Amino acid sequence: MEHVIEMLNIRKEFGNFVANDNITLQLKKGEIHALLGENGAGKSTLMNVLFGLYQPEGGEIRVRGQEVKITDPNVANNLGIGMVHQHFMLVEDFSVTENIILGSEPTKGGMISVKAAAKKVQELSELYNLNVDPYAKIEDISVGMQQRVEILKTLYRGAEILIFDEPTASLTPQEITELIQIMRRLIEEGKSIILITHKLKEIMDVSDRVTVIRKGKGIGTVITSETNPNDLASLMVGRQVEFKTVKGVANPTTDVLEIKDLVVCDYRGVEKVKSLNLQVRKGEIVGIAGIDGNGQSELIEAITGLRKVKSGQVFMNGQEITGQRPRKVTESGVGHIPQDRHKHGLVLDFPVGHNIALQTYYSSPNSKNGFMDYSAISKKANEIIRKYDVRTQGDHEPARALSGGNQQKAIIGREIDRDPDLLIAALPTRGLDVGAIEFIHQRLIEQRDKGKAVLLISFELDEVMNVSDRIAVIYDGQIVDTLDPLQTNEQELGLLMAGQTKNGTQSTQVKEEGSTHV
Amino acid sequence: MSNRLVNILVPGVSVILGLLVGAVVMMVSGYDPVEGYIALWNGIFGDAYTIGETIRQITPYILAGLAVAFAFRTGLFNIGVEGQLIVGWFAAAYVGITFDELPKMIHLPLAIIAAALAGALWGFIPGLLKAKFKVHEVIVTIMMNYIALHTSNALIRAVSDGGDNTGGINPTASLRSEFLENMTDFSRLHYGILIALAMVLVMWLILEKTTRGFELKAVGLNQHASEYAGMNVNKNIILAMVISGAFAGLAGAMEALGTFGYASVKGGFTGIGFDGIAVALLGANTPLGVIFGATLFGSLKYGATNMPNEAGIPEEIVSIIIAIIIFFVASGYVIRLLLERFSKKKEAK
Repeated sequence: MEHVIEMLNIRKEFGNFVANDNITLQLKKGEIHALLGENGAGKSTLMNVLFGLYQPEGGEIRVRGQEVKITDPNVANNLGIGMVHQHFMLVEDFSVTENIILGSEPTKGGMISVKAAAKKVQELSELYNLNVDPYAKIEDISVGMQQRVEILKTLYRGAEILIFDEPTASLTPQEITELIQIMRRLIEEGKSIILITHKLKEIMDVSDRVTVIRKGKGIGTVITSETNPNDLASLMVGRQVEFKTVKGVANPTTDVLEIKDLVVCDYRGVEKVKSLNLQVRKGEIVGIAGIDGNGQSELIEAITGLRKVKSGQVFMNGQEITGQRPRKVTESGVGHIPQDRHKHGLVLDFPVGHNIALQTYYSSPNSKNGFMDYSAISKKANEIIRKYDVRTQGDHEPARALSGGNQQKAIIGREIDRDPDLLIAALPTRGLDVGAIEFIHQRLIEQRDKGKAVLLISFELDEVMNVSDRIAVIYDGQIVDTLDPLQTNEQELGLLMAGQTKNGTQSTQVKEEGSTHV
Repeated sequence: MSNRLVNILVPGVSVILGLLVGAVVMMVSGYDPVEGYIALWNGIFGDAYTIGETIRQITPYILAGLAVAFAFRTGLFNIGVEGQLIVGWFAAAYVGITFDELPKMIHLPLAIIAAALAGALWGFIPGLLKAKFKVHEVIVTIMMNYIALHTSNALIRAVSDGGDNTGGINPTASLRSEFLENMTDFSRLHYGILIALAMVLVMWLILEKTTRGFELKAVGLNQHASEYAGMNVNKNIILAMVISGAFAGLAGAMEALGTFGYASVKGGFTGIGFDGIAVALLGANTPLGVIFGATLFGSLKYGATNMPNEAGIPEEIVSIIIAIIIFFVASGYVIRLLLERFSKKKEAK
């Protein structure tokens, strides 16, 4: 079959660092070709080479058999290559159509003629079942819809080959299903797709072939129907990966964290945590399951001192820490892997080493008599970089230059290394690949087995059920129920998370039973 | 082309390009560029006297540049260096004229510290307003400049019984140096340059070596993460403005205790504080860079005064030429880009 794109022996270096080392990727016409690799394996680099954002040091690119030099994204556009970015590049205040024509506005006598463009957008939207209103404002539409606008943008510009960069990272499960249908529809219309991802399930669901890269090297291309998630995972990571987290029985003892009748408001003054009660004991992992926006962020910020407490109390090892400054909370034995690693977790323009010292910079040996000992910081940082497998060019590299997964590993290393009595892990594996997820889950369990308390907040049910010893379901700012993960299922959790009471679900079950009997 | 070579070449090429375009301006307006630039050169390096005066001119620029750069590095935009300099100027002069029995060992440091404190106070107010009420420091510092100008004018009139000059400071508070004056053919070069260079070192020490500097930089780069890490964000914002203001106040002390030896009623701003912004940016907000920026600014500013005298070029044209040269240096990024492209092509051949 004809190859629409061939990237042959691509090599890309950044200084001494080889991001892509002789990688070959061949995309057949009409296929969905997955590009699989860990965080920082070089997937994005390879695609940026194809999209003209980087110039390769070696290798050649052929489009429809012709050798080409893609010197900038405009060249890529003209060759029919379109990219759907992970972080959408849309102007919030503009309409869908305005965003799509941005940069190549059709004009009529010096005025932009949106109408004709809108009509074309409408036609494309109908052809691919995208269901996008050309006149809707970006700020008013959902994340899934925004992504479809990005897809439309590439189609409008005549893309035949679409690159999807981690397209499901910010989508809900329903939106993911819709996206998969859209991708199939694109293929039916003769497009070809490169799908960058590290989610094995999606690859198995949607792709025809998979090219695996590991640490910048091409490992090979396999046909999806002839492989399975286990094989793919080990190809990607280079060793066997356990999907089901292995852990022993928990031996919880005394309370480490105790929350009594906690009330917390959000920035608008609306109560988001409503008289919440929760205990986390030594030697257990408590998972908080819930849909985003039910008070999880406010709860964590209140515990860690980042947000004011309206009423109620928080105790650490019996000592009240309600309303204390973050430093005091940290020193009382709390470690915190924050939900938003760019906002709270890292000073992106600081070197990795400084970031690893962010919680301990002020105490010995990092600081003595008001002066920093940067060699001590560097030594410790390198220890954590090694121990937590943070892929970086060194502790002097700015945190900004690391891939998301490696940034997260640096944060996790920093927090766990202090060996806190209570570790609060908020969405610790968001955007990470299976290898890294496994690694992080093991570290959390390790803490538990050492007799520490862990509070895990996650929107992923799999994660909560796999890792926790107890699941507390949060809904509308309250813990509505606490469950044993071994004696519950996704359906029960899902209903609780959606605000159904346990009694409510039970009564429905009774009704159903009753009806079958009748 | 190696990185280091590019780093050295860029400012050089920028200055040369600036000079070339400046030459075109002179030719178009009917003046001889060669004569003009000889006059500029003589105005900067002509003899011992001009060299002394040039260094004297550079001194307050270094301190004003440090003030702006320090604020930049801690995430703040201090437009108030001008006002902080003016209050520092007055404070130093006031201490200089008020005490007359003190030994120099005490009087001079006292006057210098007074200037630093006055500048620090002038920085503290916008810092406090930003920390407590989220008022943007740019607005407050601009307004504080006017308050400084008119308050210091009023105070000068008050201490001089309605006069427009505080009168000369006592010699015990003076930075004047017979040694430096003799060496430079009786220019006004004073010991202030040593203070300015010491402050370059102080800024470097604070930012790169101290724990406080770590916090100040962290808060400047990401307040949320700093708060998460247990830093007191408000305290650090205020402190950053206070330190920045103190540098600016010292720039005022240079004028009060060195160059002039008095403070006089001002019709308008000195401009040194505003030029400090350009000095800091030219120096990429690093302590060493500030020395480079201040040297460029100070020497061009002082040397240019010779161009009307020696080459008969009107002051207006001179201002344009100086602005063009600085403009080209500031556009170093473009020149860096051109150099890199040029060297790449060469490699390809």
